[in-house]
Amino acid sequence: MSNHTAKKKAVSRKDLTYRQWIWKEMKKNWVAYLMILPYVLIFTIFTVAPVALSIVISFTDFNMLQMPNVVWLDNYINLFFADDIFLIALKNTFVFAVIVGPVSYLMSFLVAWFINELSPRIRAIVTLVFYAPSISGQVYLIWGTLFSADSYGWVNATLLELGFITTPIAWFMDADYVMPLCIVVALWTSLGTSFLSFIAGLQGIDRSLYEAGAVDGVKNRWQELWYITLPSMRPQLMFGAIMAITGSFGFGGVVTALCGFPSVDYAAHTIMHHLEDFGGQRYEIGYSSAIAVVLFAIMIAANTIVKKVLSKVGN
Amino acid sequence: MARLRTRKHKVVLSRSAGGDAGITVVLTVLGIFMVLPMAYVLMQAFKPLDELWMYPPRFYVMNPTTSNFKDLFTLMNTSWVPFSRYIFNTVFTSVMGTFGHLFIASMCAYALAKIKFPGHKWIFKTIQTSLMFHSTVTAVTSFILMSAFHMIDTYLAIIIPAWGYTLGLYLMKQFMDTNVSDAVLESARLDGASELRTYWTIAMPMVKPAWLTLIIYSFQSLWNAGSSIYIYSEQLKSFNYAIGQITAGGIKRAGASAAATVLMMMVPILVFVISQSNIIETMGSSGMKD
Repeated sequence: MSNHTAKKKAVSRKDLTYRQWIWKEMKKNWVAYLMILPYVLIFTIFTVAPVALSIVISFTDFNMLQMPNVVWLDNYINLFFADDIFLIALKNTFVFAVIVGPVSYLMSFLVAWFINELSPRIRAIVTLVFYAPSISGQVYLIWGTLFSADSYGWVNATLLELGFITTPIAWFMDADYVMPLCIVVALWTSLGTSFLSFIAGLQGIDRSLYEAGAVDGVKNRWQELWYITLPSMRPQLMFGAIMAITGSFGFGGVVTALCGFPSVDYAAHTIMHHLEDFGGQRYEIGYSSAIAVVLFAIMIAANTIVKKVLSKVGN
Repeated sequence: MARLRTRKHKVVLSRSAGGDAGITVVLTVLGIFMVLPMAYVLMQAFKPLDELWMYPPRFYVMNPTTSNFKDLFTLMNTSWVPFSRYIFNTVFTSVMGTFGHLFIASMCAYALAKIKFPGHKWIFKTIQTSLMFHSTVTAVTSFILMSAFHMIDTYLAIIIPAWGYTLGLYLMKQFMDTNVSDAVLESARLDGASELRTYWTIAMPMVKPAWLTLIIYSFQSLWNAGSSIYIYSEQLKSFNYAIGQITAGGIKRAGASAAATVLMMMVPILVFVISQSNIIETMGSSGMKD
């Protein structure tokens, strides 16, 4: 494919410098630029510009009221050396992402793999069961009801009745339980787009590959998974990983809805909450932009690592 | 092919009964974990008030009633801004946002997938990279930009950003890559059809599952949108926000709140049930090739 296009280029670029050739191609395809213009314009204004602006503002002390001064790296220095709560947030974000990201990713894949050989109708029902929590809006609030702090909560009442505890536990207001519970809720809502992508990827694998594999001595389903299934759906695995990472860093709303803001002793305080605190409530835009930039950096790093790991799959 | 066994008339390869049993157990346990809270939502919605505040609480409803739904509608009728207004807001922004997105994103996806113009690769790379940024990270700077465009507190603050939804463009472009054949497009071009015409009359009819997926994803995110930091007029707020306000009313409204949760979750679930096979088909080409 790439050889083919390279050959084409070589022919049409005869007698032209690279720049002249690009210009000629651009003029020839002017309609394409017209077609992408509306989307690219909106994408630039609402995605690229905010990111770029965050980076610029993060070097200032902008607060929406006064003229901003350039403070260079002061915001970043304060973040890492003077802001204890940011360090708590950083730690919590890592714990959350390191658990929720991989576990939800594995769960999405395993469930998709398990149901792959069921009949289409049963597969559709199981898919719905696992996918429903992620699309049902604020339905996760039911966890607050199940784990309510008084003895009217179903979990407390059951534990009291069985004699495990003598007084009700204030689940979402107890620093010891907040993080694990939020992780469970996040996992519950996490079988989303990547899950559907895995189901489709598994369905799309050419069945003759498996038959060929059996002939070549693949002995059990685990070997089949490693040598045939995973390598054939590497593109889906890559896409699913990006979705899982985005999801595991973007769960802040769930925590706020269940534990309040800020959560007890900042036990479930994440970078996203810190960002909202300074950006949305204190209007310290410069400082909050620095937080956003740190979050961008972490997300890009996470994606780079995951890409490296996934390129080893099936080798 | 000695190792092959036949099960349900399909060729199944190298499967052990122990493995099947293990998988069934794991699936069942995970399935219960997923279903229990959803089931509890339904139970709560049909419990009369005395059962909602009964001690010890029961998981199951004993005397199911629809009074919670009636209470919810009564509460809706007494709100300060007429409830029909909130419904209109959500429907209007969802429809405008979704169709604008479908049109703009599919046109861009077509050009990126099927016209080899200089720059198409890095433009798509950039869009693909932005998949990893959650929108709350840019909320503050988006706010500054939107206020510069005088979009704050108008419908446009909800509708226009929805047009630029990244996942939709990504899925559409990937689907066109695999499902629109270059040969067909080439023959249309040779017949003298313009690119716009080829896109609209030839490529678009070939990617119907992807349209539906885009519509549903965009609709879901707009439907589930609660209070937005870009909107502060009560008259412009969403249905989801209004429901949240009603149900934040404490113990007396616990029943109505449970009913509201069921109503809000039924819509996206029903939409998914109807469109599941199309969405899965679209996801078939969602993979990221690097």
